[in-house]
Amino acid sequence: MKRKVAIIGGGQTRHAARRHDVNQVELVNEAVRAALADAKMTIDEIDAVLLGNMEFFEGCHMTDCWLADGIGAYGKPGLKITTGGTVGATIVCAGAHHVASGLFDKVLCIGFEKQEEGDTGAILSGVAHPLFGRSMAGAAVGYFAMMGSSYMAAWGAKEEHSAMVAVKARQNARKNRYAHLKLDIGIQDVLNSRMLAYPIRMLDMCPASNGACAMILSDEKTARDRCARPVWIRAMDTAHNEQFEISWRDVLDRRPKFSTTCASRIYRKLGVADPAAYFDVFEVYEPATWAELQWYEDLGLCAPGQGFRLVEEGKTGIDGPMPVNPSGGVLSTNCIGASAMLRVWEAALQIRGDAGGHQVPKEVRRALTTGYGGTNWTVMTALSRDPED
Amino acid sequence: MSDRVAIVGIAQTAFSPKRAEANYAELAYEVIERVLKDTGLDMARDIDNSISCSHDIWDGQTISDIGITDVIGGHLRNEEKMAMDGSTAVYYGAIGILSGEFRCTLLLAHTKMSQTNRNIVNNDAFDPIYTRLLGFDYTSAAALQARRYMHAYGITEEHTAAVVRKNLGNAVDNPRAHNRGRLSMDEILRSPFVSDPIRSMDVAPDTDGAVAVVLASGERAADITDTPVWIRGMGTCYDAHYLGDRDLAGCMALERAAARAYGMAGITDPRREIDVVELGEEFSYQELLWTEGLGICGRGEGGKLVASGVTGRNGELPVNPSGGLLSGVPANVMGLNRVAEAALQVMGKAGGCQVPGVKCAVAQGHSGFCGQHHCVVVLGADGRRSR
Repeated sequence: MKRKVAIIGGGQTRHAARRHDVNQVELVNEAVRAALADAKMTIDEIDAVLLGNMEFFEGCHMTDCWLADGIGAYGKPGLKITTGGTVGATIVCAGAHHVASGLFDKVLCIGFEKQEEGDTGAILSGVAHPLFGRSMAGAAVGYFAMMGSSYMAAWGAKEEHSAMVAVKARQNARKNRYAHLKLDIGIQDVLNSRMLAYPIRMLDMCPASNGACAMILSDEKTARDRCARPVWIRAMDTAHNEQFEISWRDVLDRRPKFSTTCASRIYRKLGVADPAAYFDVFEVYEPATWAELQWYEDLGLCAPGQGFRLVEEGKTGIDGPMPVNPSGGVLSTNCIGASAMLRVWEAALQIRGDAGGHQVPKEVRRALTTGYGGTNWTVMTALSRDPED
Repeated sequence: MSDRVAIVGIAQTAFSPKRAEANYAELAYEVIERVLKDTGLDMARDIDNSISCSHDIWDGQTISDIGITDVIGGHLRNEEKMAMDGSTAVYYGAIGILSGEFRCTLLLAHTKMSQTNRNIVNNDAFDPIYTRLLGFDYTSAAALQARRYMHAYGITEEHTAAVVRKNLGNAVDNPRAHNRGRLSMDEILRSPFVSDPIRSMDVAPDTDGAVAVVLASGERAADITDTPVWIRGMGTCYDAHYLGDRDLAGCMALERAAARAYGMAGITDPRREIDVVELGEEFSYQELLWTEGLGICGRGEGGKLVASGVTGRNGELPVNPSGGLLSGVPANVMGLNRVAEAALQVMGKAGGCQVPGVKCAVAQGHSGFCGQHHCVVVLGADGRRSR
């Protein structure tokens, strides 16, 4: 990038299954006001406003236009991007490109979803190809059921291992004042929860949340003038697999994969040899428990087939050597259009030391985040406390 | 701009009311294959970013770029979709190149209006609480804007009909257009009302099609083509959502988007410095209003401008010499087609629609009803500021 880009502020809403107190405009405005307050800025100082959200999820065409007043876009440049579950991270990339281009100094990035106003399961079934896939579409649950079955068959993991991920997420969420599912649960609670599609149980799956996240990105000069603890965007990378290419019916599939490809590229950009040692904290997009175990392996935190051992040994716990999703992650809060941005924002809070109850106990200099969406798409973002580090 | 971005390749389908034999991915494939062949670019080696413009709700598929990930080169790479007018792909693609992250970006816009109902799609763009239930669509909202604009400035039906007459006449020479003809004013003014004062001939018709454009950084452009068209300036801007919150007889968002684009390009006297304009007139009155927003004439003077012949293809400042949107361009593809037609003018490759000696062309697109979001792109044969 031609200019360094910093995160100089951000904010999120209170996330919940029901937010009858606000409409979509008011919900997003809550996050925008929080971000402006965090950055000690007024909306008049913002040069451009970028919004991410999927129009089908709530049945609203052109949400950027409806929300223009509530997001402060009136009279300003702006764009809307829609790239599925990755969109929140894509918007951060778009914001970074806006700043790096030299055309804008302060850019407001927003992701949101108000899932209670749509039917996410039905709409996600609409992802499937209208001719070749839709008649058997099982939305996200069916998809991750294949992943879980295949993972257990391939590596000998048990349902108890996915339950450990479920417990870790919800116990971490209890420390996060903004999280949706703050559940004081144990492994047996997960194993007793309702089966959705074997081996995915109710507590193996993310909730349908309402919420929004907003972040303010700036150039280096603005960051140094205006922000006590800017967090720097060090590298970004995006990789997609096409529909039909990787089905998760077989976790041993050797075809080039979005996740490993993206990780190896972003590590190359940064010169990372050992990601588990290089990064101090990870925020990954895990719509289901098994996806988090798969992320451990695809990010190179352990060897293939060893992901379930990491959680078993507590390595990825909030006080472990490689904390993953101290915020509670997507398993605790999934407002889809915001979820990938929340990963970046939560990682930035960890670097600032502002995560509050879910701040990891060790020093955090660097963080890696992933988005997950589309068929098998990801956007990865690497953050640091020092712009050169 | 200190660094430069150029349009180095363009491919467009013929536009037709219905392409029943092709799905939207096949339309995309048609133009992407052609633009790669024309430019000699290799998807894997040369293209490092892809951006498409369309809408799930038009495509009938959730996260509808899933349907084109393969044809647009998304395999293991960056690919993004904007749910906006196609002009914004040019804007965002150029920002990506200016950021230093990308060098050669493939842009695509595609929509098959034939596979759904525009009134229902458009109705979903109105907020679900206060205005959607009133049954609004883009046409009925445009009728309010047209009436307000006509009332404020004495614009007449003859003025809007003159736009239809000019553009459909220009389209006769555009081989991609499907709605064209040399019509009399009487024929236009006799067409039935769709939503008073908008008549059926005042509306861009339902159309299927796709457009692909390749953008390249200054360093790459010279290797790819002898006729790069440089992006000299660009701007976007949002207006308010609710019609009651806007001055419908004006277009603040377009004025601001144009001011940003002109500022970058160093344009101070648009009427004199711009050689040709391709703008997005989904409805005929919009051409008049947008020419005002673009600063080609003063507020309320759009009607007089078209009546005087200034905006004719042989006029002092031709507007929509290609035939514009009224000649048939799909929703969402509209703005990328505007940029493509403007770029073809700069290249001198506009065929029968060519305006002689074009050095500076302006393209405009908009998203949302009554032009809530505008995007303006200034193109030139060289990337330098004009002054």
